[in-house]
Amino acid sequence: MSTALPPGLPAPAQEPVAKPYWEGTRASKLVIQRCNGCGAHQWGPEWVCHRCHSFDLGWEEVAPRGRIWSWQRPHHPVHPALNGFGPYTIVLVELPEAGNVRMVGNLLCEPTAPVEIGAEVEAVFEPHDEADPPYTLVQWRLKG
Amino acid sequence: MSERTLRGKVAIAGIGETTYYKHGQSPDAEFKLALQAVLAACHDAGIDPKEVDGFASYGNDRSEAVRLAAALGIKELRFSNMHWGGGGGGVAASVANAAAAVHSGMANCVIAFRSLAQGQFARYGRGQAVAAAAGDDAFLFPYGLMSPAQRFAMKITRFMTEHGIRHEALRSIAMASYHHAQTNPSAVMYGRPLTEEKYDASRWIVEPFHRLFDCCQENDGAGAVLVVPADRAKDLPHKPTYLLGTAQGGHHRSAAPVHNAPDYASAHFPTVAKNMWAMAKLGPQDVDVVQAYENFTGGVLLSLVEHGFVDPKKANEFLVLENLLAPTGKMPMNTSGGNLAECYMHGLEMVNEAVRQLRGTANNQVAGAEVVAVLGGPMVTPVSSLVLGTEATL
Repeated sequence: MSTALPPGLPAPAQEPVAKPYWEGTRASKLVIQRCNGCGAHQWGPEWVCHRCHSFDLGWEEVAPRGRIWSWQRPHHPVHPALNGFGPYTIVLVELPEAGNVRMVGNLLCEPTAPVEIGAEVEAVFEPHDEADPPYTLVQWRLKG
Repeated sequence: MSERTLRGKVAIAGIGETTYYKHGQSPDAEFKLALQAVLAACHDAGIDPKEVDGFASYGNDRSEAVRLAAALGIKELRFSNMHWGGGGGGVAASVANAAAAVHSGMANCVIAFRSLAQGQFARYGRGQAVAAAAGDDAFLFPYGLMSPAQRFAMKITRFMTEHGIRHEALRSIAMASYHHAQTNPSAVMYGRPLTEEKYDASRWIVEPFHRLFDCCQENDGAGAVLVVPADRAKDLPHKPTYLLGTAQGGHHRSAAPVHNAPDYASAHFPTVAKNMWAMAKLGPQDVDVVQAYENFTGGVLLSLVEHGFVDPKKANEFLVLENLLAPTGKMPMNTSGGNLAECYMHGLEMVNEAVRQLRGTANNQVAGAEVVAVLGGPMVTPVSSLVLGTEATL
């Protein structure tokens, strides 16, 4: 499958604190932190629960659905891989079924498509199998 | 217990700045620029540079306090301080930290400064060249979200959409800075006015609210102020300018990872502004001139709202050019040209301009200015702000 952005952008370092997330995306699952102490969802990953200070943070698969909380459409290329490409669309997606945490991703759409705050979106898993180590990004598209 | 405050306890006795250059055009090394600005501030204050006993800066300034102290033959270094956080979030905090050192007796004569020759280092408008993005960046860089403009854009989209604020309000902010730069020969954009047409025709950096002229430049230069105890300032050449209030920090979880700050569409000033006004025993209605750090014009809007200068419901009507111009506007702002058009010296140039306004020596002087607010770099975290005043305000 094709990718939202051209090849050559930095890959995510799959750091220990975020390992279950990256493993989840490889299996097309959205997995985020949830505190075993108080039940709070948390994103991005951290070593402690911001609410109850428990270090016993679990990971939970959540519904790969959300709504657009904000957006932007960059034109200026911020990386050599983006020269001559763009504009492209970045969305901040709120996950109402996971404690309203927010995630950043690309909205899969035409570069001139109108974007509406509040619009419902669903996750699209974008594998980068050729990378070493391979990884999968979470992208978003408007719910059909 | 006596009141714990910096109000009226210290003064800025001297200001200094180098020639301001376009990006990459400084003939001098960054550290030499820092030295020039420090010496200029001492000269302005009429104080022997060897009497300086402290340095405070921010934004990971590369000109380290100990190197400055060695190069200048400082007799005894009693205070060195780097404020966490990038960009100009710490501009007022560097002055506040210098002030705290002076008032507490840790030091007597402290320089707060910023030196920046970005042309000799990396560009802000380009992401760092890394193979793998770590920390927060792991969840941002692969999506092409790498530059400061992009890091802040979604705050502005959300806020302006929610409140129905038009892009023209941001245009007024940009035009005010350029307007004031036209009568400031030190400004990088001196002789380069900005019209509505030029602004509207400028290219998109990031839709929907960042055209080219909404974004700061990158520049080379340095600026410095010298902070001394209030009673000492009375014996020095210039009319003293006193610190009335200052605060730094961020509101609840302002740095929550991957854009998860609960109050996200914010410049991160709600608690900082409240604390600053409380210390100053003043409010926005008491301010004669505002210096509001522009990294992006949308950030200025958020910053003005959170300091109480602008009601978001009235932003479209209030943020028109004539209201923002010295000497007669309702809220003269960025009177030397600001980051956009004087120099992107991470706001230190705004502290200098605040002092000039209070001394009555500014190029675009607001008659009888007694209180000037400096709102530091917005949308980063931690942020910081300060209020300065003349003797009459004590």
